Amino acid sequence: MSVDKATVARIAHLARIGVREEELEPLAAELSGILQWIEQLNEVDTDHVPPMASVHDQALRWRGDVVNDGGKPEDIVANAPDGQKGFFAVPKVIE
Amino acid sequence: MSNLVEGATGSWEVVIGLEIHAQVSSQSKLFSGAATAFGAEPNSQVSLVDAGMPGMLPVINEMAIEQAVRSGLGLNAKINNYSVFDRKNYFYADLPQGYQISQYLQPIVGEGVVTVELEDGATAHIGIERLHLEQDAGKLIHDQHPRKSHVDLNRSGIALMEIVSKPDMRSAAEAGAYVRKVRAILRYLGTCDGNMEQGSMRADVNVSVRRPGEDLGTRAEIKNVNSIRFMQQAIHYETTRQIDVIEGGGTVDQETRQFDAPTGTTRPMRTKEEAHDYRYFPDPDLLPLEFSDDFVAQIRATLPELPDAKKRRYMDELGLSAHDAAVLVSDRDIALFYEAVSEGRDAKIVANWVQGDLFGQLAKAELDIADSPVSANQLGGLIDLISDQTISGKIAKDVLEIMFESGQDAAAIVAEKGLKQVTDSGAIEGEVDKVIAANPDKVAEFQSGKDKILGWFVGQIMQATKGKANPKMVNQLLRDKLKG
Repeated sequence: MSVDKATVARIAHLARIGVREEELEPLAAELSGILQWIEQLNEVDTDHVPPMASVHDQALRWRGDVVNDGGKPEDIVANAPDGQKGFFAVPKVIE
Repeated sequence: MSNLVEGATGSWEVVIGLEIHAQVSSQSKLFSGAATAFGAEPNSQVSLVDAGMPGMLPVINEMAIEQAVRSGLGLNAKINNYSVFDRKNYFYADLPQGYQISQYLQPIVGEGVVTVELEDGATAHIGIERLHLEQDAGKLIHDQHPRKSHVDLNRSGIALMEIVSKPDMRSAAEAGAYVRKVRAILRYLGTCDGNMEQGSMRADVNVSVRRPGEDLGTRAEIKNVNSIRFMQQAIHYETTRQIDVIEGGGTVDQETRQFDAPTGTTRPMRTKEEAHDYRYFPDPDLLPLEFSDDFVAQIRATLPELPDAKKRRYMDELGLSAHDAAVLVSDRDIALFYEAVSEGRDAKIVANWVQGDLFGQLAKAELDIADSPVSANQLGGLIDLISDQTISGKIAKDVLEIMFESGQDAAAIVAEKGLKQVTDSGAIEGEVDKVIAANPDKVAEFQSGKDKILGWFVGQIMQATKGKANPKMVNQLLRDKLKG
């Protein structure tokens, strides 16, 4: 599988990453190379191997339903470029 | 029953599917220990996880898992002991992580079914496609500043259950009945408070039209409708709009629309470019969610009696009519109240009082039964006074009204206002004799066969005794004497 220039432009946009026009072609070649390298795994017969979710043999950890966080609104908005009255303020996004 | 809609060129069938977003009742959020209470100061119930700070890791709340399983059982659905959390990627100001943690290919709950009852008594079975757990987003406030939107992340990360129906509904009435039923079930289970005004429950409504028997038409999705009435308006508007488009030679676009409450119409939302390319993938921060059959069995053992079973019991064991039973089980609080009053009393009489006079008073005061100024115990006390003939049913209605205003017990009001029923036949007889003596013309009318005049006599005596005479005795004495 390989990706073309248009695909690179599209996924860059979806990820909000700025990519210059002249970078698209080289990136397409690099990403295609990575995909082809990964594709070597297709040569292995995995028909009878269950999917592996983690390299550790462990289960998802559960937490009790306890309130032990929050209560720090100043910390939450501390890094906001624009904060007003305890809110984050962003350019208007009304539909 | 036909649900077809007549267009200019023939009949159309409307097809509706719903995605209900129900906030899980829990103290803390799906993946953090921040609180979920409604109405807190902005950003005061936010952990660094909910704010999407780099390096923060989600840890799942066991209560959210239990509540999802409990809801699945209540919806007669398949519980999946193995499910997976995925990232749904998009950029929006209310989503600090840049993705919503949700479940995509492997949800915690699979197919189920809900039975709904329609106005005409018919029932419909609405299929459930799935129920999955996901994070809520933050809240945007647009009216505080001319050029800015304000973001409050208190809601960010709260656990939601998205309940997806099959496209099984054929009218706005069916869709309304379905939402009411799902809401009732979740409230019985205690898994969601069902409060649509506070946003604990909202729905995305998928509507399409087709010629009867044909394949499904192209659907429009109306986002974030937060009341049953709005949902039904949106369905009516959308049905007419789509039929007009097709009959006018056009085609319906598959699009996302928003409901405008003041006009009762829908309009297309500005399409977020490529917004539907969510690039789901399993969240690498979360292992698959697994639990045993035993875990499910333990939850199943704690399920309360649900509305359908309760209704059957009210009809079979208490002898209530289908209508009465349906009204009383329609909400958990109503059923609990009814059961508290009817304990040790006549089930049918109590049913009449609860959904007759009590509901009337509550409606007038715009109160829910949970906020009733007259407690179950107090209503029981009033009904006891009727049963033991201390007061008549008619006086009891007045007493209830006073109880509603003052919060006093029935017995206290009856004693204070001297409303005790007159059952002394001598006293009633005296009044009867007086009225008969004073109205010889009316007596003659009665004796000439005009039976209906009896009501007039009863009225006179009731007035003379301020309604306190036992009506049965008055009737009996009058009949005896008038027949002379």
